[in-house]
Amino acid sequence: MSTVKTLEDLKKIREEALEKKKAKATSGAIQVTIGMGTCGIAAGARDAMKAILDVIEADNLSGVIVTQTGCIGLCEKEPIVQVTIGEAPMVTYGKVTPDVAIQIMKDHVIKNQIVTGNQIQLA
Amino acid sequence: MRELALHILDIAENSVNASSTMVRISIHENTVSDRLSFSITDNGNGMDEELIRQVVDPFYTSRTTRRVGLGLPLLKAAAELCNGGLTITSSVNKGARVSCWFQHSHVDRMPLGDMVSTMTMLLIGYPDIHWIYRYEFNDRLFEFDDEYFKKELGDIALSEPTIISFLRCHLEEGMHGVRELLLLSLP
Repeated sequence: MSTVKTLEDLKKIREEALEKKKAKATSGAIQVTIGMGTCGIAAGARDAMKAILDVIEADNLSGVIVTQTGCIGLCEKEPIVQVTIGEAPMVTYGKVTPDVAIQIMKDHVIKNQIVTGNQIQLA
Repeated sequence: MRELALHILDIAENSVNASSTMVRISIHENTVSDRLSFSITDNGNGMDEELIRQVVDPFYTSRTTRRVGLGLPLLKAAAELCNGGLTITSSVNKGARVSCWFQHSHVDRMPLGDMVSTMTMLLIGYPDIHWIYRYEFNDRLFEFDDEYFKKELGDIALSEPTIISFLRCHLEEGMHGVRELLLLSLP
């Protein structure tokens, strides 16, 4: 995959992405949310999100929606990452270092296997 | 937080939480006047004078609202230690502007840090917000306004792999170019 640098190449990217989107339309939507409150940022949420984007880029994972959220009241468990795949209930992970983030992407997002070690149960 | 880029991310998150639709992040490194300054300007809910006083004072910040954590008071203290400061100008429903500056060469000044990551996170994480990023090094300017970019992309998510690559490359080279040109102009 060649890297794109200029704004002029955007149209090309768009067409490619549209085709991929068509091919992916049948599988369930994947959403990855990262807590980016002050607590999350101080605990390393940006590094976790960076690791997640690295995996998407390196493995060319199309159709993953990455979003952010503020503090959810579990500051001591930050950085927090939440994964929702299709209709399945949302899974929340705590203490997500970049290594854990990579594992979540490789196991949960790609193979649909929950990473039990860092999972937290929301009351 | 050990990078200014993390503080900038934190302040921009406040802008997002204040229902902004447009956020401008502006950084200026000036080695001639020996000053590193940045500002985050939004068009969100804004704050009244009372709230402005509270958000920069760690002892008055209300924990129950969680609207602003300890980020701003710590940044203000760090800036003041480096012959700088932090000011907030805002009024209710008129948006807010946080400005912060440091003595560029001060030995205790935090490094600017990874602004490419900070901007990539904000652009991808909040695609509904209009982001403007300006990075100035002495008199050379790199500017990224995501409006044109998003218009071209239409309904394609910004977290698609090729788009992440594009954003990172574009920001990296843009900032690097501004700095490198300066080095080349040295005698």
